[in-house]
Amino acid sequence: MAMLMKGNEAIAEAAIQAGCRLFYGYPITPSTEIPEYMSKKMKSSGGTYLQAESEVAAINMVYGAGAVGERVMTGTSSPGFSLMQEGLSYLFAAEIPCVIVDVMRSGPGLGGLGPTQADYFQLTKGGGHGDYHGIVLAPASVQEMVDLTKEAFDIADYYRNLVIVAVDGILGQMMEPVEFPPYQGRKLSPKTWAASGAEGRPKNNVISYYLTPDLGESENLRWGQKISLMKESEQRFSEYLMDDAEFAFVAFGTSARITETAVDMLREEGIKVGLFRPVTLWPFPEKGLSARLPQIKGLMSVELSSGQMVEDVKLIVNGQAPVGLCKRQGGMTPEPEEVVDAFKKQLLGRGQG
Amino acid sequence: MKTIFTKTSGLTERPFHYCPGCTHGIIHRLIGELLEEMNLIEKAIGVAPVGCAGFCENYFSCDMIGAAHGRAVAVATGAKRARPDRFVFTYQGDGDGASIGLAETVSAAARGEKISSIFVNNAIYGMTGGQMAPTSLVGQRTSTSPYGRDAVTMGFPLDLPKILTQVEGAVYVASVSVESPQAIKETKKALRKAFQIQLDGLGYSFVSILSTCPTNWGVDPVEALDWLTTKMKPYFALGELKTPALEGGSNS
Ligand SMILES: Cc1ncc(C[n+]2csc(CCOP(=O)(O)OP(=O)(O)O)c2C)c(N)n1
Ligand code: SF4
Ligand SMILES: [Mg+2]
Repeated sequence: MAMLMKGNEAIAEAAIQAGCRLFYGYPITPSTEIPEYMSKKMKSSGGTYLQAESEVAAINMVYGAGAVGERVMTGTSSPGFSLMQEGLSYLFAAEIPCVIVDVMRSGPGLGGLGPTQADYFQLTKGGGHGDYHGIVLAPASVQEMVDLTKEAFDIADYYRNLVIVAVDGILGQMMEPVEFPPYQGRKLSPKTWAASGAEGRPKNNVISYYLTPDLGESENLRWGQKISLMKESEQRFSEYLMDDAEFAFVAFGTSARITETAVDMLREEGIKVGLFRPVTLWPFPEKGLSARLPQIKGLMSVELSSGQMVEDVKLIVNGQAPVGLCKRQGGMTPEPEEVVDAFKKQLLGRGQG
Repeated sequence: MKTIFTKTSGLTERPFHYCPGCTHGIIHRLIGELLEEMNLIEKAIGVAPVGCAGFCENYFSCDMIGAAHGRAVAVATGAKRARPDRFVFTYQGDGDGASIGLAETVSAAARGEKISSIFVNNAIYGMTGGQMAPTSLVGQRTSTSPYGRDAVTMGFPLDLPKILTQVEGAVYVASVSVESPQAIKETKKALRKAFQIQLDGLGYSFVSILSTCPTNWGVDPVEALDWLTTKMKPYFALGELKTPALEGGSNS
């Protein structure tokens, strides 16, 4: 049965249903409903909610709970996500599974409370130090926030890697009908590596350093293999009217929702456009996009940032077709008409009217 | 033949990497002995810092987690809340616990986290080659206070255990040292109490231990013990600074 739920609360509920029993976080708009929901529901679910003294502490509490082998999550918004970057790098190196939600708000600086996608670089290229990656899931509806959050815990355990669920303030705050269908999880191996107390087994260390450059290189190569495997196996996307499309929009999250309307408007004019929506921002769904390139005369990235994802799009297109950009920043979102206009101007070579 | 001394099973076979005369090793032994004596080896989860003790996960026989610099207490909090049935301790330097991780230490104390912190105060950043620490004494020469710590521009040493006595959730706070057999005995007693307080679920326990760093103090091991005794001990509050009210201990 469907019920009406706010995006942030739906994420929190989905996490609990996925077996997350520990939540550490620090309040920040527009993600605060996540800790609020957790503080209300964790106890009756047999888990623990703890308000950390900062996002720095929160991500390191996540590190501790993940290191002993429990399912753990934190949720934050851009400035808090910035504070977590050192922690993300350590989580990757120590191969501690966990789920982090970033409900993006506009920056730079304290910025504003409006929606944005301007954490794209930080999310996908690694805001912390060293060669690392988290898998980044970008839902575009409250239902998808539920489905992907549930899966996020399995993916994290499967690869022993951090998984980030990235949405913007609109998705976090909006209410939509959702269902919580039973979830058939992945087959996972027991966490024999965890530092959970060495009862009846040799001791475990969960650490993130190496003392010599040759060991450093071999560790990085090993992690690199995992990165390649995740890149190969976890690319996801969804398409709208792409089968006969001659032009493709590329957009995720809220901007994909807006772009869908723009696609409908252009289709009414007889222009064959479609939408390619990355569901994983990292790994970027390059296989899916590449497969469409032979039929495509031009692409347009629609983003709530100065144009960050467009760089990945251009890498894949590699000069085979023109790539345009339609963007709004600072908490603003484009109207579908603006997207249509930008498309006509940049890709059809004609302005409005 | 009668055995009068053996290496504790609380420590692994791995030789310490510490400099000659460094008292980190003595403190490790005390902790290892208590893990063994209190039957905690299979129940303990230790959290290693970044600092000279950053490789201590190789020395303790229990499960260990390596934290980022200053975050050991947050990591321990995360672990303990996940596994309340485990015995969780942190081992940290003075820079780790009283500078970059000060917020984590005080906040965990305020929440009364049921973990035990061992805070090794050597008045210097040992690991990185002898820079000024929050605990460096006024006048102390370090590589970043080459003319001596000047209180006007660099401030005063922070006496963390003294601060923690003011925090309600910190139920046991002791400040001890390791410059003599007697002092080492006292330190072991304090550690045992701190561990027991966690096992009894009473709250946060914190043991500060004055320790030497002959290498970065630029003295030999014997002079280092003397420097600890004559320079450090007079400055920092010493003793059991706070014990649980139940025991009839002082609360000041
Ligand atoms: C974020 C970060 N900043 C700085 C460092 C460098 N660093 C490593 S250990 C250390 C100080 C260690 O001093 P202390 O905690 O007193 O331990 P000791 O080595 O004296 O036992 C510093 C500054 C680091 N590893 N990470
Ligand atoms: S540098 Fe100082 S604290 Fe570090 S091992 Fe050597 S003597 Fe000990
Ligand atoms: Mg030190």
